[in-house]
Amino acid sequence: MFFPISNTHINPIYLAVVGFIIGILGGFFGVGGSFIAGPALRLMGVDWNYAVGTDLAHIVGKSIVAAKQHRALGNVDLKLGFFMAFGTIGGAECGAQLIQALKRAGNVNTVVSYVAIVVYFGIAVFMLWESRKTLRSGRGRSQSGLVKGAESKKDRSAFSPVTRNIQRLKIWPMITLPTSGIRISLWTILLVAFVGGVFSGFLGGGAGYIRMPSMVYVLGIPTHLAVGTDLFEIVISASYGTISHAIKGNVDILIALVMHTGAVIGAQIGVVATQYFAGPKIRLAFVPLPLIGAAIVIYTLMTGHKL
Amino acid sequence: MKKDTAKSLRAFAIELAVYSVLVICYFFLVLNLLGEWLYHLEAQHRYIYAGVALLLIAGQAVVLDTVTTLLFRFLRGRWK
Repeated sequence: MFFPISNTHINPIYLAVVGFIIGILGGFFGVGGSFIAGPALRLMGVDWNYAVGTDLAHIVGKSIVAAKQHRALGNVDLKLGFFMAFGTIGGAECGAQLIQALKRAGNVNTVVSYVAIVVYFGIAVFMLWESRKTLRSGRGRSQSGLVKGAESKKDRSAFSPVTRNIQRLKIWPMITLPTSGIRISLWTILLVAFVGGVFSGFLGGGAGYIRMPSMVYVLGIPTHLAVGTDLFEIVISASYGTISHAIKGNVDILIALVMHTGAVIGAQIGVVATQYFAGPKIRLAFVPLPLIGAAIVIYTLMTGHKL
Repeated sequence: MKKDTAKSLRAFAIELAVYSVLVICYFFLVLNLLGEWLYHLEAQHRYIYAGVALLLIAGQAVVLDTVTTLLFRFLRGRWK
């Protein structure tokens, strides 16, 4: 099938299957799946700037479906999601401007590839260390098996002493989040969201691979709530990102629409699956995802193939 | 319990098959018709294209979510 906007030929079944896989990951981990979608689009010869913008558009659709399902399971903190959306939008605009500057300089593919590798590896190594330590220490004992229902949302982490110190920072205004069960400075929320937004605009996707771990480790949100709230927040911020990238000529909406047909089914499966796993196990299962993304980008750089 | 799981899996497999047929029709009918128009819109009116793109993806999300939910409900009802 020919996609005239990005001037590429891609099999629509391939796009739907990629969307399906990303949908499962998105529903289960609360991520946009850009570490898979970006390289998957590049594999078909789509330029990085189109891969970034188109992926954002596809994420809007997928996150609407997944967030709706998570809301029904009580996994969404709406108040936190709205606050985070402001920080993310600011960050996403900075990231998008960086992409534009790199496009003008003519080295967008190289820079984005190197940044992606460093970020993906950093997240994977940190989450592997933390989740294994939590599971080994026995802190996650009560949630280590298959669990279902509200109890599974209570979460513990080996990183929680640092998280508690962050929550103790009394910088006005302090925000109470009853759904998540925490009280924290608004600036901490905005900073976490801003950093996620920069990566969202720069590397594409909803940057859930940054934001979901940040919400757990920095803000102290239980993993299940972090997944659902992240998806809700992604709907708002990715919508903004889609408009911003579309105006700059980086979105092929036809590709996004085709990918999304597979993502709808995948997202529903992913959301249901979260009910059966505890927080540390979800975080441990998360580890291979950014590594897969990094491996694909490294392969591209080493072989010089269109990836 | 196992019977319920088997029923759910069977309903899901049928849902997936029906959904696949609908999606293939969608590829060939809607996207082929929209393609040319969106291409020109993207080239000539970027701001309108941005708004239309967001509306299309959000609208598709709502429609497909409703279709899959109804399909699943209908098939589960039939297999009960």
